[in-house]
Amino acid sequence: MGKKVLMKGNEAIAEAAIRAGCRHYFGYPITPQTELAAYMAKRMPKIGGTFLQAESEIAAINMVYGVAATGRRVMTSSSSPGVSLKQEGISYIAGSDLPCLIVNVQRGGPGLGGIQPSQSDYFQATKGGGHGDYHLIVLAPSSVQEMADLTGLAFDLADKYLVPSMLLADGTIGQMMEPVELAEGREPVFTEKDWAVTGTKGARKHHIVNSLYLVPEELEAKNFERFARYAEIEKNEVRYESFMMEDAEYCVVAFGIAARISKNAVVAARKEGLKVGLIRPITLWPFPKQVLADAAKHVKGFLSVELSMGQMVEDVKLAIDCSRKVALCRRTGGMIMSPDEVLEQIRLLAGGDNA
Amino acid sequence: MTTEILIAGFGGQGILFAGKFLANKGLLEGRHLSWLPSYGPEMRGGTANCSVVLSDDPVGSPIVNTPDVLIVMNLPSLDKYESAVVPGGKVFVDSTLIGRPVERADLTPFYVPATRLAQENGVPGLANMIMVGKVLRECDFTSFDGIEDAVRSVVSAKHPEMLDVNLKALRLGYDYQD
Repeated sequence: MGKKVLMKGNEAIAEAAIRAGCRHYFGYPITPQTELAAYMAKRMPKIGGTFLQAESEIAAINMVYGVAATGRRVMTSSSSPGVSLKQEGISYIAGSDLPCLIVNVQRGGPGLGGIQPSQSDYFQATKGGGHGDYHLIVLAPSSVQEMADLTGLAFDLADKYLVPSMLLADGTIGQMMEPVELAEGREPVFTEKDWAVTGTKGARKHHIVNSLYLVPEELEAKNFERFARYAEIEKNEVRYESFMMEDAEYCVVAFGIAARISKNAVVAARKEGLKVGLIRPITLWPFPKQVLADAAKHVKGFLSVELSMGQMVEDVKLAIDCSRKVALCRRTGGMIMSPDEVLEQIRLLAGGDNA
Repeated sequence: MTTEILIAGFGGQGILFAGKFLANKGLLEGRHLSWLPSYGPEMRGGTANCSVVLSDDPVGSPIVNTPDVLIVMNLPSLDKYESAVVPGGKVFVDSTLIGRPVERADLTPFYVPATRLAQENGVPGLANMIMVGKVLRECDFTSFDGIEDAVRSVVSAKHPEMLDVNLKALRLGYDYQD
């Protein structure tokens, strides 16, 4: 690890991707992730990599599909409306069992929406987004340091399980600067893979990368095989942060920027004598279901804090089998709740219980 | 200790740059910090603001809703943010551009004719750093020591001549007395 430097979240993703051995970036500009593409445009040509501004988001994701099929590390990035455009390609990549990284620095929606921060692509990221039976590994950074760390992890997990990874960030974390310590650079990752299409030179039988299975028995078997891998991911790769949960009677659940705001509110609530803690999912898929189920044995109620009309709240209810009250603190459209707004919801949750 | 700083003014006044300087100052002192710009469709003449949090502990929310220190470089910013400052907070006003005093009696105001000082002293466009110089004098969340390294880390390597003028502007603000 080197010394700490100040970087924007978007730049930290780009530098971390390069250090993780990614040498191929395809994208199309959109606020608030443009610094990422700009960084790649500057750096990739100097290190023998590819930066290509495609004619559209759809073209970019299909270029990612192509490079992923060769076994090389590859990524694209965009913001909400652009990620919607990529969904067809993402489904094809998932259906072809290829690793890659897709970054979504979310902004308010639906439609073109606005350019201010949002978390309203939670459903799209964690429940599919494109068509068919598939999942992405979805990581939710909450600091500039995590923008860097989770980028490396996203590539590693994608390679390990042959599943596309998504980094689900938001405009705030993308635009802010914080001190960040970057991992040592790695050489470009290109290990011989027994599925990659790299040219046979007549020496072996050719590989086929494809998502078309016209025989339903084959497609069903393929989907079952993929979901067996998903089960492994759910078993091995759940990540979360637990804050002041030891003696907590109430549990705030929040990710990304909402978790940062919630932390201030939890500290303030503790000063008022309210026993509150925070569980911050770092992996949104796999969702930390068991962690919340275990917490439900001890706490009286949950509060989901989200920059959306309420999306993750459904997964919280599912995780605890609706065994406790689950309240919701929400802002949407690019608006951000203050710690005081979260604190007020915590008071209501705790007070409603004592009344 | 945690200090929440909000800097606001017109785009083009160096609002974000002033924040970057304070962020780098904090970094060089080994502190926890965050820097968050407004990133709306602001451009020269529009409004711009910047949240900086400096702390001895990891920073929670990077969004400054209730600043301990407010630096304002136009009237709309004072109108908008005066009510948000914490009781007992400090407000730094560019009095060349803002004609009215701070109204709240529970705040400590500092009036610096930064834009005029910048023009008179041959550092045009650096009213922002004059304001920051005054902040370094009146606040104890950071000190005047080590400003050269902090400026060096924010001025472009292509424009080393900017180092001296930024230091001059900081000094002007630091030495300014009503």
